Amino acid sequence: MSNALVDLIIIGAGPAGMSAALEAASYGLDVVVLDEQGQPGGQIYRNIDRADAQTSQVLGPDYLHGLQLVEAFHASGVRYLAQVAVWQVTEERRVHFILDGQARVLQGRQLLIATGALERPMPIPGWTLPGVMTAGAGQILLKSAALLPRHPVVLAGCGPLLYLLAVQYLRAGVAIAALVDTSERGAVFKHLRELKAALAGWRDLLKGVSLLLALKRAGVLHFHAARHLRVTGEECADGLSFEADGKPGHIPAPLILLHQGVVPNTHITRSLRVEHEWNEQQLCWAVRRDEFGESSLPGIFIAGDVGAIGGAAVAQTQGRIAALAIAQRLEKLDRSRFLRVVKPWIEALRTQQAARPLIDAMYRPDVLNRVPANETIVCRCEEVSAGAIRGYVDAGCLGPNQTKAFGRCGMGPCQGRLCGLSVTEIIAEHRRVSPTQVGSYRIRPPLKPITLAQLAAERELDLSLSPTPSRTPS
Amino acid sequence: MPTEPLFQRLQQAPHTVRIIFEGRPLTVSADVSVAAALLAHDVGHTRESAVNGRPGAAYCMMGVCFECLVEIDGRPNCQGCLIGIQDGMRVRRQRGAREAFTGAISEGRGDE
Repeated sequence: MSNALVDLIIIGAGPAGMSAALEAASYGLDVVVLDEQGQPGGQIYRNIDRADAQTSQVLGPDYLHGLQLVEAFHASGVRYLAQVAVWQVTEERRVHFILDGQARVLQGRQLLIATGALERPMPIPGWTLPGVMTAGAGQILLKSAALLPRHPVVLAGCGPLLYLLAVQYLRAGVAIAALVDTSERGAVFKHLRELKAALAGWRDLLKGVSLLLALKRAGVLHFHAARHLRVTGEECADGLSFEADGKPGHIPAPLILLHQGVVPNTHITRSLRVEHEWNEQQLCWAVRRDEFGESSLPGIFIAGDVGAIGGAAVAQTQGRIAALAIAQRLEKLDRSRFLRVVKPWIEALRTQQAARPLIDAMYRPDVLNRVPANETIVCRCEEVSAGAIRGYVDAGCLGPNQTKAFGRCGMGPCQGRLCGLSVTEIIAEHRRVSPTQVGSYRIRPPLKPITLAQLAAERELDLSLSPTPSRTPS
Repeated sequence: MPTEPLFQRLQQAPHTVRIIFEGRPLTVSADVSVAAALLAHDVGHTRESAVNGRPGAAYCMMGVCFECLVEIDGRPNCQGCLIGIQDGMRVRRQRGAREAFTGAISEGRGDE
């Protein structure tokens, strides 16, 4: 009945979404890509086709690598809608969204969700103060607005992105007050078992080593195995205190950037009730998918970090594989040809994923920064502390959904996007059960704010307007 | 609470526009988000939380945390990190919950 019907809707225009779109279009599929951002690229290649030479030089070659993909995407003629707020997705693959303030709906024969990752929450005392941001936010400001910290900055936590940002800041001449690392010195030697398997991914390993060497050469003050992190300050952040090597430390700084890895952005997939599973290696929920990316709901595929963190190269390959499976489903290629075409990509994926278990083991975030002490705020929207959540458990609360009734935890505007993992882990620890037994927040539409007036005026997307790749600001 | 800006441009912005933040005119880069523009100025916090008025400011810059909520041209609860700057925009701190709810419902905030 619907005239707003396309072969494939892709949500997200990062490496997975873009490469899926290109592959699907090459088999003649009618594709529409919906993106929350203003330009294609996702967070990793954010703003890449507009970044000036100086910013690109600071960000480095891995960032520039994305330019080819973004340019191919622009040239492909795939319909791309920017600054789209998807507020509901149904099992029947109807996607409801807001575009330019108007509610629109589009039906897909198949659907690919490539919503990527978000930064793992790092709830430490004082993390709600102005002046505390994520390292990812620092990098986004550099990519999208050429903004750099004005004063010496403290970077704290663990994971490759923290080192990468430090090196990018050094290139740009930003002073780093300290790198307060929660991982241990020489963590790699503790994981020799994973190391052997990881050697197939030696390029990724080498990158990490070269980042650390660059930091050392630049003489960055680097603390290891830091514990008991606490942001100090009253109205805004004025420093970070911690313990490292058994000694207390305090580094004054008005800007503290926190990071302890990224986790799948499962907000849309959760709302669809597709099966998720707890990934113990990565300490997060990930969507369960088959070899080609199909979720537990037929016709709904996923690709990239939303189905477990793998990084940009893995996401790009998974996007391609999912697109091939979708093309086969729509009878654009037969089964035997599909299996032949997809095989080299499945093999490539294995190499691209080789270093991941080692990276996960080396940068496993400290339990103290995932399951914090009682005083720490966990749900920032509703100001609910870890102690309050433990109190709910003592009063009989069994899981994240019940915390809503106990104290509005997870009921603010972010809908538990940020605190969800922390709440699951705190309850699991306090009940002494696994995260799987505790479960996660039940996510319901509207996933983004929508007014009744917008809802009442919802219409099928007019495909004849044929949106072209947009270059709106953001 | 006048503070120094936390961020500065790597190089001069090629194009600038004027916005009004809390009644104060600011010159900002033309092609950045509202949240990014404010981080390059000495505006201190940009919201006061719905529960206890805690001062907050942009945190994740990617649409996840909703800490960057501001009022733009009279529209409350706008995610500053997802909205591009426009010349002449009037931006204010989001103070507490959006008004439509506190005004109509006396008990609780009823935003769910």
